[in-house]
Amino acid sequence: MAAPFPALVGKAAVSGAMPENPAVKALAELATDAKFDRNELTITVARESIVAACEAVKTAGYNFFEDVTAVDWYPQEPRFQLSYHIVSYSLKQRVRLVVQLDSADLTAPSITSAWPSANFYEREVFDLFGIHFAGHPGLTRIMMPEDWEGYPLRKDYPVEGYR
Amino acid sequence: MAPIVAPELLIPGVEDVVADARRHGNEGTGEHSMVLNMGPQHPSTHGVLRLVLEIDGEAIVSLAPDIGYLHTGIEKTCEAKFYQQVVPLTDRIDYLCPMTNNLAYCLAVEKLLDLEIPERAQILRVLLNEVTRIQSHLVWLGTHAMDIGALTVFLYCFREREETLRIFEAVSGQRMMTSYFRIGGLALEPPMGFDEQVRNFLDIMPARIDQYENLLTGNPIWMGRLKGVGYLSPEDAIALGVTGPPARASGIDWDLRRDMPYCGYEKFKFDVPVSTVGDVWARYVVRVQEMRESVKICRQALDMLQGMTGPIVADAPKIVLPNREQMKTQMESLIHHFKIVTEGFGVPAGEVYQAVESPRGEMGYYVVSDGTAKPYRVHMRNPSFATLQALETMCKGRLLADVVAVIGSIDIVLGEIDR
Repeated sequence: MAAPFPALVGKAAVSGAMPENPAVKALAELATDAKFDRNELTITVARESIVAACEAVKTAGYNFFEDVTAVDWYPQEPRFQLSYHIVSYSLKQRVRLVVQLDSADLTAPSITSAWPSANFYEREVFDLFGIHFAGHPGLTRIMMPEDWEGYPLRKDYPVEGYR
Repeated sequence: MAPIVAPELLIPGVEDVVADARRHGNEGTGEHSMVLNMGPQHPSTHGVLRLVLEIDGEAIVSLAPDIGYLHTGIEKTCEAKFYQQVVPLTDRIDYLCPMTNNLAYCLAVEKLLDLEIPERAQILRVLLNEVTRIQSHLVWLGTHAMDIGALTVFLYCFREREETLRIFEAVSGQRMMTSYFRIGGLALEPPMGFDEQVRNFLDIMPARIDQYENLLTGNPIWMGRLKGVGYLSPEDAIALGVTGPPARASGIDWDLRRDMPYCGYEKFKFDVPVSTVGDVWARYVVRVQEMRESVKICRQALDMLQGMTGPIVADAPKIVLPNREQMKTQMESLIHHFKIVTEGFGVPAGEVYQAVESPRGEMGYYVVSDGTAKPYRVHMRNPSFATLQALETMCKGRLLADVVAVIGSIDIVLGEIDR
């Protein structure tokens, strides 16, 4: 089904239509892809540059880290998508940073250096998706028991029956 | 840590607790500190929160929350349900503000569908959300006061909470797990006499809040236990992801209802109470003031609803269930009803994040659709989960007894932390 209203897809379209947006400006270099859909701005960055991207939007005024979670696009590749939601209290705007992860290497840099509040959220993603965050101060399971096998929120994790 | 008691005299399980504490990052300075396990079954942890505390005498050296005891995999369950079947699940995340959860989820899906909601339904949603806020704050105040030792307040708060639950029962037929909001509007017309019932409640409420304040605000024991305890600086509040009343008590002037309005909140006039003190006392003051503001919003909503007629659901027959009368008399409605119930409705592919101001802070729903009738991914950003991270900062260096006061003041609900 097609989106019912026009959306801006692609880095060129977004930066052409909203060049003054602080997040678009701050990530002009780092962004690999961008999307403006349903009034929400999504900017894709490479895995290696997520910490730099966080610092860049922080400098641009996006002061509050809200959330990070993952989406499993199994069996597509790149399989995992990490979605970071960051809001600016002064601009009253939100930006979503996206990192794509190949199933061959499920490691992303931890952004706890930029926002310590990402600590629990990254632990949750690790616990339920099995994505590792390099540089996290204590990456242990948070919801599931410590001896649990498997990662429940992955799409190939069975919902019922024996594992 | 050096063994204090001979190993054979140790209570079985103590070693596990110590090992667990080490795993949670408690280093143990060795000579003077000991590890104390608090919870998960503890009357003042407001659910099944487990804290691994390291104490030196009475002072907190470090504190690590251990959560997950209520993890029921709601996010996973959502992926196996139709969009409309997720609504009852959202009630069970934060059982003290089911309407707020319903609202956040419905708004997110409506954003995906680009669905316009009739004004009357929006105002009713705001009204019920504010009643929910009062209700949640009443439970918080009652249990918080009970933790400190003021049992009377608990009984008074639950007297008024009963009235709010009666309002919920009147509109939805349920006292707690209401599921009253639907994608596209509301489930039912509010019953006859609803306006009068809510007005009666709003008329008594300000005097009742005065009554609680009479019991607590000037009370020397209450002041002694709350003032100067559990300080959180505004910088820490931002860094640790604290939102809602605890953040506003630390001087962060941010309320999603006012700053990023949703569901027509921009039509209402209200103040956002902010304090710069940042301690447990400030959180108490902010929340009590919020209850008074909520009463104001409810009054405005009732006045707007006065004489207003119109539908409570959007005009979208493929998404909203037809009413019973239509379904029994019109062929088309019957087909729509059958299709929605048996195969749901497709939602255009995309992703949205919808945040609302819950009684505890920012509650956000991240919904990803792949174009089918079932959500591809639903993630909840819950305020308690983030606020819990700040617990150590608030408690460190303070007395053990203050931990109870601080837990009460951040008003966590373990159901939404664990999901």
